[in-house]
Amino acid sequence: MPPHLKHAIPKAFWIAGLAVVFLLLYAPILSAVLFSFSADRFPSLNMSGFSTKWYAQVLTDRAMLDALGNSLTVAGITALIATELGFSAAYADYRFRFFGQRAVLALALLPPTVPLVILGLAMLAFFSRIGIAGSLAAVVAAHVVIAAPFAMAVCRLRLAQLDAALEIAAQNLGARPLSALFRIVLPHSLPAILAAFLITFAVSFDEYVIAWFTGGLNQTIPVAVLTTLQGQVDPTIHVIGTMSFSVTLTLVLIALAVVLSQSGGAMSKEKTS
Amino acid sequence: MTNPHLKLDGLAKSYGRFTAVEGFSLDISEGEFIAIMGPSGCGKTTTLRMLAGLETADRGQITLAGKRIDQLPVWERETPLVWQNLALFPFMTVRENVEFGLQMRGVSRTERRRRADDWLEKLGISAYAERNVARLSGGQRQRVALARSLVLEPKVLLLDEPLSALDAHMAIKMQGELKKLQRELGITFVYVTHSHSEAFSLADRVVIMNAGRVEQIGSPQDIFLRPRSKFVAQFVGGISLLDGRITGAADGKRFLETRDGKVRLDHDCGLADGDTADLAVRADRISVTVEPGWGENEIACTLVSEEFAGAVVNLHLETASGHSLVAQLQQRDLEQLNAACGTRVFASWHPGDGVLLDSAQHPGHGTRARAA
Repeated sequence: MPPHLKHAIPKAFWIAGLAVVFLLLYAPILSAVLFSFSADRFPSLNMSGFSTKWYAQVLTDRAMLDALGNSLTVAGITALIATELGFSAAYADYRFRFFGQRAVLALALLPPTVPLVILGLAMLAFFSRIGIAGSLAAVVAAHVVIAAPFAMAVCRLRLAQLDAALEIAAQNLGARPLSALFRIVLPHSLPAILAAFLITFAVSFDEYVIAWFTGGLNQTIPVAVLTTLQGQVDPTIHVIGTMSFSVTLTLVLIALAVVLSQSGGAMSKEKTS
Repeated sequence: MTNPHLKLDGLAKSYGRFTAVEGFSLDISEGEFIAIMGPSGCGKTTTLRMLAGLETADRGQITLAGKRIDQLPVWERETPLVWQNLALFPFMTVRENVEFGLQMRGVSRTERRRRADDWLEKLGISAYAERNVARLSGGQRQRVALARSLVLEPKVLLLDEPLSALDAHMAIKMQGELKKLQRELGITFVYVTHSHSEAFSLADRVVIMNAGRVEQIGSPQDIFLRPRSKFVAQFVGGISLLDGRITGAADGKRFLETRDGKVRLDHDCGLADGDTADLAVRADRISVTVEPGWGENEIACTLVSEEFAGAVVNLHLETASGHSLVAQLQQRDLEQLNAACGTRVFASWHPGDGVLLDSAQHPGHGTRARAA
């Protein structure tokens, strides 16, 4: 590195600082992973041995398996709807110029900034009124509200890289609007749509507060975990935590890989032109 | 031309209170090369976009081969456009780009492959058929854009500053190829540009636009030698303007009485004595001498500056009343002139080289402007 590009603070400090940040972020999670394999009833660092018995216990626990089923169903349906809505909103913002566009955009991106307790309570009140409170449908509806903005953000990033003239150019060559959308815009957006699906799936899969308010007796995994915790401290919590974390991490990592490989590819393409 | 091939009749388009195009009328015959030229914001691109259907005209009609097209949606117009930035589909190969329009028309796989390959061959880009368009040079991308439009065998091809993305050398090469292609195919080209050299060297007729209106329509020679308005004279450039009043002499000759003296006109301009008029004289038609009495139409000036432009030199002159004139001299003539900046010189020209301009504000309202 040329001397004038050297930073005033030595590289070692940067690395040390980064290490502290990551330690604080991931140490609790890693401890949960560690204790999930402990043979002891209570978590302590001088473990008597490793065991997978808590895993066996979780995988035979009827309530937990039901919760897992609920979580997968809710997250799957939420991801489908949120991705569709998010892409549509991003496309509308990309393709058209209309009155109040910025206001609509701000409103569409707003839900994740509302405190979850308030959102959950409001959802519960509303769902009771229309008579779907306490059902999985209610959880899905609420999760779509908080997940769709993430899908929209991801799709917007991708669409911003697409020359707006291309779709019109396709029409100019004889493509009807729907053909132009399917031949030009969708192939370009596919990585973002996939990433949006995975991220919204993860958002729903992890969400506790709203699921607790609106789900009633239909517990998702986070709700089931918290309910269990209130009664006892059980090592199975570590198992569930580890499993949930793995699922979420995997989804987000795949999404990142898809998005980064595509934008990187697009950038290198532009360089050669 | 009793039955124009492409007829634009009274096109108008406004955005809110901004008038982009007003009263644009033009009859184009089959196989004609039309260039629409003007400064940015003059409405030339809006006109082209109305032809392609990317903008809807507020008023007026467009007829192509006897069929009214201005109410058809973009995808039914058959008026392919070569975009300024080319707008090639980035995630498709060259061949896929060229086949796209045929595919949208439901042409069978073998047929569209045959026709695409045919055009790739014609434009000399067969070797790149399987390549991603992002991996092509500027000139190759230009050819793909042309092939993608021409493979549809359109009656008219629209081009929006197609050479502006190329470097100067490549642009001149493509210019020659475009002209050759257009002659061979006999397709009508409507070409929008702000480049004088492109418009004058390519087009059969040039349309000069200003502030949404047509200023003049004519052959390149016509516009170059006989600009009709002050705007056209200034836009074409290298023209000196003098304003004054018409006076008639006893022997039927006419003069223009300017603030810097009387100059003779070689025109039956239809103006009466006392009318105000503008006279345009091309820079290459003005002679500069140190001594007076060399010729007719002589105006005393101060030599303000010399501008070296290769084989020629532009001399910037100023008359006694502060008017600017430009004279273009060969390098050799300048050496003979031997005048330093700030000295007094005389500018003169033959009366036949002066062109009287229409004094009305917006002279060429399209309909009357068919020359050549």
